[in-house]
Amino acid sequence: MPVDQSLVGREFPPTSQRTVTPDEVAAFASALGGPIHGPVDGPVDGPAEATVPPTYPIVLAFDAMNAFLAAEQIDLFRIIHGEQRFAYERPIRVGDRLSATLTVASLRQIGGADIIGTTSAILDADGALVCTAKATLVHTGGPT
Amino acid sequence: MMPGDAFDPITYALTRADLVAYAEASGDPNPIHQDEDVARSVGLPGVIAHGMLTLGLAGRAVASWTEGAEVVELGCKFTNPVVVPASGSVEVVVSGSVKKVEDGLVTIALDVTCNDVKVLGMPKAVVRA
Repeated sequence: MPVDQSLVGREFPPTSQRTVTPDEVAAFASALGGPIHGPVDGPVDGPAEATVPPTYPIVLAFDAMNAFLAAEQIDLFRIIHGEQRFAYERPIRVGDRLSATLTVASLRQIGGADIIGTTSAILDADGALVCTAKATLVHTGGPT
Repeated sequence: MMPGDAFDPITYALTRADLVAYAEASGDPNPIHQDEDVARSVGLPGVIAHGMLTLGLAGRAVASWTEGAEVVELGCKFTNPVVVPASGSVEVVVSGSVKKVEDGLVTIALDVTCNDVKVLGMPKAVVRA
């Protein structure tokens, strides 16, 4: 079932605030891949403050996407990640309290799939923009 | 860092256990990253790594090359799946070179491959010099 075209431009409610904890950051950083073969590795095992990985805000964007999928009754397993772009206003730090607000930026259908463009604004507790996360989601349709 | 500078490629090995760890740490429970049958039901060749795990490896490589420089932009298209076998591992190779240095910002063009196939489209990072 195709996604409703009237979604374009719709802003979904902000996700509940999430505090960036040292444990979560450490787990996220250490989950970024197994052993390496090659030159020295980066600060994956360094102090958490210095090592919030640049892809960490996906955790916030993912919360926002899940709320969007639930609201639209779209199954997560039918979603393929097509594209992801982050633009950072400042580095994310341990202790930040962040939430994400997702807007549906674009929607088109190609070969039975919905190509959904989303923009999630990730704000800190003061309401300042920390990161803009743009994702293209490919919804593979199928019987729903 | 000067335009044209190439960084030493870094190879990361991914296993199914890494996918489980990433799913837990990132909160992404999509079964296409865990369950062969579900992955095939949506037309995938098998269990695939989270695109964001692969982009995360690219970010890890950038951090290595730049000694943790502040990242101001990071992005890519996910063009080919990284299929992770049920046993053993698959290797993801991240290469990169300096494209541009301007206004204190360094643009790094990345190249991310798995079995010699590019898996990310136009992956790029911009870091503060």
